[in-house]
Amino acid sequence: MNIDADDFTLLGLEKAFTLDRAKLDAAWKAMQAQVHPDRFAAEGAASQRVAMQWAVRVNEAHQRLKDPLKRAAYLCELAGVPVQAQNNTAMPGEFLMQQMQWREALEEAAGQAQVEALSDEVTGQRKARLARVTQLLDVDANAAAAAQEVRALMFIDRLLEEIDARLEQYEDAS
Amino acid sequence: MALLQISEPGQSPDPHQRRIAVGIDLGTTHSLVAAVRHGSAECLPDEQGRVILPSAVRYLVDDKGRTRRQIGYEAMSAQAEDPLNTIVSVKRFMGRKLSDLVDPGRLPYQFEDQPGMVGVRTVDGVKSPVEVSAEILASLRQRAEDTFNDDLFGAVITVPAYFDDAQRQATKDAAQMAGLNVLRLLNEPTAAAIAYGLDNGAEGLYAIYDLGGGTFDISLLQLSRGVFEVVATGGDSALGGDDIDHLLADAALLDAKMQAVTPQDKRSVLVAARRTKEKLSTDGSAHLSCALSGGMLSVSLTRERLAALAKPLIDKSLASVKRVLRDAKVKPDEVKGVVMVGGSTRMPAVRDAVGAFFGQTPLTDLNPDEVVALGAAIQANQLAGNNVQGELLLLDVLPLSLGLETMGGLVERIVPRNTPIPCARAQDFTTFKDGQTALAVHVVQGEREQVEHCRSLARFELRGIPPMAAGAARIRVSFQVDADGLLSVSAKEQLSGVEAAVVVKPSYGLSDEQVANMLREGFTTAAADMKDRALREARVEAERMLEATRTALAADGDLLSPEQRAEIDALMVQIGSRCDRGDLDALESATKALAQGTEAFAAERMNRSIRQALAGRKVDQV
Repeated sequence: MNIDADDFTLLGLEKAFTLDRAKLDAAWKAMQAQVHPDRFAAEGAASQRVAMQWAVRVNEAHQRLKDPLKRAAYLCELAGVPVQAQNNTAMPGEFLMQQMQWREALEEAAGQAQVEALSDEVTGQRKARLARVTQLLDVDANAAAAAQEVRALMFIDRLLEEIDARLEQYEDAS
Repeated sequence: MALLQISEPGQSPDPHQRRIAVGIDLGTTHSLVAAVRHGSAECLPDEQGRVILPSAVRYLVDDKGRTRRQIGYEAMSAQAEDPLNTIVSVKRFMGRKLSDLVDPGRLPYQFEDQPGMVGVRTVDGVKSPVEVSAEILASLRQRAEDTFNDDLFGAVITVPAYFDDAQRQATKDAAQMAGLNVLRLLNEPTAAAIAYGLDNGAEGLYAIYDLGGGTFDISLLQLSRGVFEVVATGGDSALGGDDIDHLLADAALLDAKMQAVTPQDKRSVLVAARRTKEKLSTDGSAHLSCALSGGMLSVSLTRERLAALAKPLIDKSLASVKRVLRDAKVKPDEVKGVVMVGGSTRMPAVRDAVGAFFGQTPLTDLNPDEVVALGAAIQANQLAGNNVQGELLLLDVLPLSLGLETMGGLVERIVPRNTPIPCARAQDFTTFKDGQTALAVHVVQGEREQVEHCRSLARFELRGIPPMAAGAARIRVSFQVDADGLLSVSAKEQLSGVEAAVVVKPSYGLSDEQVANMLREGFTTAAADMKDRALREARVEAERMLEATRTALAADGDLLSPEQRAEIDALMVQIGSRCDRGDLDALESATKALAQGTEAFAAERMNRSIRQALAGRKVDQV
């Protein structure tokens, strides 16, 4: 075992987008039980430092794999197709139109019910796209197409954050 | 000397020797020390049999002009007569500036507005909250050493889950100043859950409601198979029983149409209010009486009146509870159990309100004043290696988000709160002007968007960036948070390799040197004593390092080539020879050399241990 191994190897999981969350959490805890600095509190500075590096690495892997989007982006990167969200913002016109419509709908929404309806619609889209990501990564092995989906999903997640913020305002007001 | 007798390589001199490790609850109103003895955790009493040490320190000058300090009950009994020099609830000032304090005019102290952290002017000079806390910790350390008639291996010290980096660092500094080896800073609610034995078989979500003297914490813990995961934390670092005392005192003064004018008056009426509040937990009504400079204050108060006065504060605590549940996306009825911690949870009004909110009777079996110290003692015992079979593992999270100031006074969040720690994150920034050669890095902590609403942790500058067009430089800022939740930050320009780093000491900045000086000056008087003590501590540290190395060699010595083995053996022998000479600096540098010389070995051992664990896992699965 090597600290530079990829997240899946590190946690002893199959390198796939489909992932059992309970299995991931169990693997993370089992690994932390081995490497956490608290296991070496009585063992001197050298062990402490090594344990710290490992614990940081194991937490990083867990945080990345538990988030579907980060996991998908990571798999694309491992397949040699980095998502490069910052530099690659060119999206199909159809998708951008859809985004604009959604954003207008959020701005013009009058009341909680309309925002919730929008939330349902966007969440449905998200789910459909994640299903496509599963197909592209785990069956078709088409990382390039998956990376495009991941970029679209990043837009969608940002929109969902704004929708959630609005819904929280309604909750706070009530 | 016997302590450092070098045994045959691979043999620990006495593998069954227990290490004395204690848990310390450094509380706002009182502090306790506990240890595992005869297989179970218990609080250690003082000579009079009292386990509680009031968190009070009085500085005074005697007839001969010598400065002295009184700690605990002795200080408490003097606080009405000498409020200026008797510092109570100092935990509220830890890592805080004068401008952070809520209504400092209500407190009887002469505050000194020092950069970074507020000071209190006393007859013995200006005292920082770190020094005052160190007095309390040193007193508890002494108590533990007297109890066991031995030196301490280390201590677990508890902090509110809500404490930010500045407050945690201040606590660790105080412990260091008191000569304690800090095994871990542990969140108070987590300690309480351990004390209730929730690590044994309890599964699911638990809420820890901790209303102490000065702080309120609500934590949501997810328990499964010996792993404590802090799912979310929240609270209010300025809400507690002290506030209820103030409200009750104000109400009594208003009823009697009297005023507390002098510092003595303010203190007396608060002491009386606290007594009355405690009485009202068992009785339906009670008298509040005390002598003030304007005459005798005497008022009758009922439990209902207290409940009505406290209601806004209890509601405030429940608002924090709601926020934490919403953060974690959890409904109150999904919480499996509620643990009550802190003396203020003895108030029936608090128990009723919390019970109603969660729809279940909260756990109150253990003494709410002791639970935190007991849990810390259990953790300390395990960390010291006394409980080898122990399954206890705490996976903690960052209590408050960490970020950087960006253009326009906005905060760019780098590590969001509730991220499991230890962790490391990096983010790239760039220059915004042509030819810019320096970049100011301002590290903040908090949840708000604007810098002025967050806590400023540190500022540093990355200088010497080669002149480039705006936006061409790639400056990577890296955050590292250790298992105690303490932060270090570094910045590096990727093209030129220019770098700068800080260990985030809060800007009040007690440097390591200052701490060391205070340690040397503070707790002993004679110069010879100080030297002795420093040497003794260095020897303990050296022995710790030697013992760890021997154990490691015994287990995994075969990983080393004969040359590597010889190097490590030489480093060990060097410590042994320097130890007898009594040269402090030489011993410290030899110990450091051994730590550095065994780092590669430690990394190899970790790799092997993980390989073995994974092999075990596969066998299990077959």
